[in-house]
Amino acid sequence: MIIKEFRELRRDRRTMAMLLVLPILLLIIFGYAANFSVESITTAAVGPQADVVAANLPDFFDVTEVDPSGDASTAETLLQDNVVDVAVDTTTQPPTAYVDGSSLFTAQAAVSVLGRLGGGITVDVLYNPELITAWVMVPALTGLILMFIGTVVTSIGLVRERENGTLEQLAVMPLSPTSVVFGKIVPYFILASLDMVVVTVLGVMLFDVPFNGNPGLFALGAALFLLVVLGIGVFISTVSQTTGQAIQLAFFFLLPQILLSGMIFPLEAIPWGVRWISYLLPLTYYTMIAQGVMLRGADLASLWAPFLILSVMAVLAFGGATLRFRRDLAPESPATPSRPGVDA
Amino acid sequence: MTFGMERVSVRLGNVAALEDVSFEAAPGSVTAIIGADGAGKSTLLRCLAGLVEPDEGIVVRPHKQDLGYLPTGLGSWKSLTVDQNIAFVGGAYGLSGQALVDAAEPLLEHAGLTGVGDRLAGQLSGGMRTKLGFCLAMLHVPELVVLDEPTTGVDPVSRVELWRMISDAVASGTSVVMATSYMDEAERAASVVLLDRGRAILTGSPAMLLSNLDGSIVMTSQPANRERAWRSGSRWREWVPAASDLTRPTDAQPVQPDLRDVSIVAALRAADHVGGPR
Repeated sequence: MIIKEFRELRRDRRTMAMLLVLPILLLIIFGYAANFSVESITTAAVGPQADVVAANLPDFFDVTEVDPSGDASTAETLLQDNVVDVAVDTTTQPPTAYVDGSSLFTAQAAVSVLGRLGGGITVDVLYNPELITAWVMVPALTGLILMFIGTVVTSIGLVRERENGTLEQLAVMPLSPTSVVFGKIVPYFILASLDMVVVTVLGVMLFDVPFNGNPGLFALGAALFLLVVLGIGVFISTVSQTTGQAIQLAFFFLLPQILLSGMIFPLEAIPWGVRWISYLLPLTYYTMIAQGVMLRGADLASLWAPFLILSVMAVLAFGGATLRFRRDLAPESPATPSRPGVDA
Repeated sequence: MTFGMERVSVRLGNVAALEDVSFEAAPGSVTAIIGADGAGKSTLLRCLAGLVEPDEGIVVRPHKQDLGYLPTGLGSWKSLTVDQNIAFVGGAYGLSGQALVDAAEPLLEHAGLTGVGDRLAGQLSGGMRTKLGFCLAMLHVPELVVLDEPTTGVDPVSRVELWRMISDAVASGTSVVMATSYMDEAERAASVVLLDRGRAILTGSPAMLLSNLDGSIVMTSQPANRERAWRSGSRWREWVPAASDLTRPTDAQPVQPDLRDVSIVAALRAADHVGGPR
């Protein structure tokens, strides 16, 4: 029995990879990623004393913006647009340090260091004044939940056609591969969208998370994110023969998103050796959009980058998945063309 | 329109799944594809249906609108009811409303599926589900219908009903190409293609194949040559080639050969020819 099990395992390469490679990868990636300590914080100094404050702030504050002509609204805009995490306004006496509360660990670190400076600076935490964890987590969690549902359910839905042998029936029907893919995706898209609304509304109601931004912008970001997620679901289904394989692959894909998307550990705290993976993950950009719109009330002008990247990802994921699915449904052009009957 | 293959070869990875296969499937006729497991029957059918394109040769098939296909398995969506299966497949072929009812009703009636329209396909018996699959493949009255072992694992009564439906399809002019593991079914076909390791080693009508048998078949309880003999009930059948000086069994009793005998003889000859295992 033991020998038989080993023989079967040896031929199940995915499970073997999961058993042998995954633990090492997880240890290395998550070991480096699991870091709450923020080493430095991007900071702006505005107002007449901006240069003086910038020069006197501890090295922990990485001053990237100095605007002597700015004021409190300039500082807030810099935070809202996620240009910096802390903006010091020197038009007040003493100066006021505005802290972006939507970046939880960064804000906690900033408040702690600023507190140690004594009364020389007033601290004002914006967007999440009490630094409540749920306010930061809920927007990202909506994405994680949808990613889980979207990827797994879509991939299983398509693999089921393959397992039941009905995929071949679809292939011989006069349906274009694209219309088959869309036909399979649209119901999941609608259901996942409903899920999105329910999860977001419940999140806002149960955890008192503010919704400061434009719901339409949030919906657009969520729709783009869903397209990426569903495209990945289709892609997983094209490389899986069974439901078990599809679920296994979906987890391979989901696991890194939890720890590397900035949802739990701040991106700034993840070393670049691992952080580059974060920037390949759709949840990273959804989290930026969701936290930006819900907490900071950010607009498209400040969130254009994550929107653009999610759009590119949606095109790539959906395009790639459709192409692979086409290959499943309609075999490549033959070396010698076959004759449809009417031409024979 | 005659469909079929001309010198078709298909490679699946490093394996030659079909090699130089040719056959014709005339309108209003049944072509039976027979052969041992792994001989290439399903690949041939999938290639004919357009699911696998040939590496060499020409496949003559109708457009998708005029092609029906029943894959191995049960050929319907088990989470949909019988009516929903019919509506979905009919819709794909542009059938709806009265046209769909007119197309589906006679098929469902012949399949004995009248009155079960609201039952889930997954709750039907294997035979009923196969018949539903056949109805789905025939709904749009295709010029060519490709059936992959539709009667395997089906009870004798359902087999009879399936054959009645196949006969109806043939009567309406449809060309039926089907794989089967039952020789009695192959004998009912207008033509037979016997596959052996991807090659068509026999092609023709059952009558022609029987009359072209080289030598004779004898019944014996003590075969003279085990390599040319096979079990038949409690006794043996043995092939005695025509131009052969081999010893005949002492109790040799000539019998009328059937398609099974012809197939076995062809496989024995092919194994001799390619020097493969018997």
